[in-house]
Amino acid sequence: MAKQLRELNFEFKAETPKDFPAGFLHYGVVGSGDMEVIIEKKAMSGAVKFKVVTPVTGFDEVWRRVLERFVNETGISNASLEINDCNATPVVVSLRLRQALAEIG
Amino acid sequence: MKETKKWDTRKTDYQERMNGAAQYIRNGKVVAPGDTIKVLEAVIRPFDRVNIEGNNQKQADFLANCLVKCDTQRIHDLHMVQSAVPLPVHLDMFDVGIAKKLDFAFGGPMAARVATAIKEGKLELGAIHTYLELFARYFVDLTPRVSLICAYEGDANGNLYTGFNTEDTPVIAEATKFRQGIVIAQVNKLVDKVTRVDIPGGWVDMVIESPKPFFLEPLFTRDPGGITDTQVLMAMMAIKGIYAEYGIKRLNHGLGFNTAAIELLLPTYGEELGLKGKICTEWALNPHPTLIPAIESGWVKSIHCFGGELGMQRYCEARGDVFFLGPEGTMRSNRCFSQMAGHYSVDMFIGGTLQIDKYGNSSTATANRVAGFGGAPNMGCDAKGRRHSTEAWLKCGAEFVSQDEYLGTMPRGKRLVVQMVETFGEKMAPAFVNELDACKLAKNAKLPLPPVMIYSDDLTHILTEEGIAFLNKCRGLEERMAAIRGVAGLTEVGLAAKPAETRLLREKGIIKTVDDLGIDVSRANRSLLAAKNIRELVDWSGGLYDPPARFRNW
Repeated sequence: MAKQLRELNFEFKAETPKDFPAGFLHYGVVGSGDMEVIIEKKAMSGAVKFKVVTPVTGFDEVWRRVLERFVNETGISNASLEINDCNATPVVVSLRLRQALAEIG
Repeated sequence: MKETKKWDTRKTDYQERMNGAAQYIRNGKVVAPGDTIKVLEAVIRPFDRVNIEGNNQKQADFLANCLVKCDTQRIHDLHMVQSAVPLPVHLDMFDVGIAKKLDFAFGGPMAARVATAIKEGKLELGAIHTYLELFARYFVDLTPRVSLICAYEGDANGNLYTGFNTEDTPVIAEATKFRQGIVIAQVNKLVDKVTRVDIPGGWVDMVIESPKPFFLEPLFTRDPGGITDTQVLMAMMAIKGIYAEYGIKRLNHGLGFNTAAIELLLPTYGEELGLKGKICTEWALNPHPTLIPAIESGWVKSIHCFGGELGMQRYCEARGDVFFLGPEGTMRSNRCFSQMAGHYSVDMFIGGTLQIDKYGNSSTATANRVAGFGGAPNMGCDAKGRRHSTEAWLKCGAEFVSQDEYLGTMPRGKRLVVQMVETFGEKMAPAFVNELDACKLAKNAKLPLPPVMIYSDDLTHILTEEGIAFLNKCRGLEERMAAIRGVAGLTEVGLAAKPAETRLLREKGIIKTVDDLGIDVSRANRSLLAAKNIRELVDWSGGLYDPPARFRNW
């Protein structure tokens, strides 16, 4: 029986936002990997929106902190990110997000 | 008149015991396997101190299975002194009452049963030791009266060939025999002439050909297929931030995927950084299959092994410039000597753990498992008797600022002791905790001390995906705790970190993040591994590595 998926939503604004050039990016594969992230550029007056779909319960606060830190450390802005999680640890989430951003360049 | 005192009671006792077994010993020192239980009942007495050879690799399993079947009217309440208790039979011994007390070093898969047996009052725990510490006590206050050992070959005179898996046998046989104890060996094969005399016949009282070869566990084999991208990232941090920084030439790796990733990154990332010949040249290490690509690429000058790893024998024999071989060509491992080498002659120990507390003490024990530590504490400490110096040891000592509180202006070196952990382990279990589960275990199992693997005062560096904490550079406990918090991620310990404080530690070079180290995270993926699966390790070895069946997944 499949475990029920939950949806978490977050929005952050970086302390010192930077501009990113890319339009659309799909990174990582869920199922064979540990998570998938899709990044889309979107005019949101500097904010970043996250939609997380995850089977894990009890770690909402950890998600919030990982994502908030990612936004502040990278300065990502005006973007919408969709994460499809398959039991990734916080390390893997940070690593995949940073790798995705490096792809955009 | 002066009373005549006897000085040979041990010898008389030995002869009495051997007389009881004489009827079963034929053709020199040979005993038929079917007579094993009778022989054990003849030579072992209640409350005897008995050793069953067994460590984290080879096991005298036939003799253990016979001992547990002995008549409990004749044999009971034995005091077992042995390296490890990894087989169910080792604990069955306590359930049926054959054994009562245990002094050991490593619990392995039976760690939970050890804790239960203690709680139920079936097992009285002497102490949890390191290997070297237990061997040392064999020569002081824990000398075995009877030892049950194992070998590949034996002859009618008692000569034994232990070869590739010599491991603990010499130290057990020596301690037992030279105190007039009895040494019984199970051998895979009775032969006319042994391949090499690893244990001289004079030290062995009986030889039994076991129905099956002794059990051997490939504990140090890690399939590169199981290495994650995070482990690749941490291995890059280790190589650039620690190995290259200190010029680590002589070292030991603990077992696990983190260190396997480092081994597999030497011929790729290490080569790229121009480190060949500058790091990782001499080792005290089991023959890790994941080191094959580095050996083949010419990185490694010398490896002395604690034990033999299943499937690596032919490869080691074919690399005589690297491994320690006998004149007839087979490698000889020796746990006692290799532990000694690891204690005195390496400049760095790097390994993993289950938990690190906010002070930096670490343990693999959990609330209900008496795991033991094997060799980690002897390698994971600065050998206090060390007097020779190397560049790495001097550099780490020079950075160890708190040293002047004891030595004044006198310079001294320090071994690097590195714990490498992801902040969250399997099933999101946090690696950093305010209090170790070992403290709960000490209460549950009534231990005099919480079992700590590496104490904070020996730990010099912590490496997590967040960064490296250079604890040796910290002045005082407060600064050390701040450095630990700074790399502890989102665990309860890490959440207590103050961003301003962590920033200051980065400026001081006490914490270095991936960015501080100048590592490109986009490169942290499995394609950087020199071998991505067991099949590729076999290819690197030119077909000499013969992996056990369970690792043949192609």
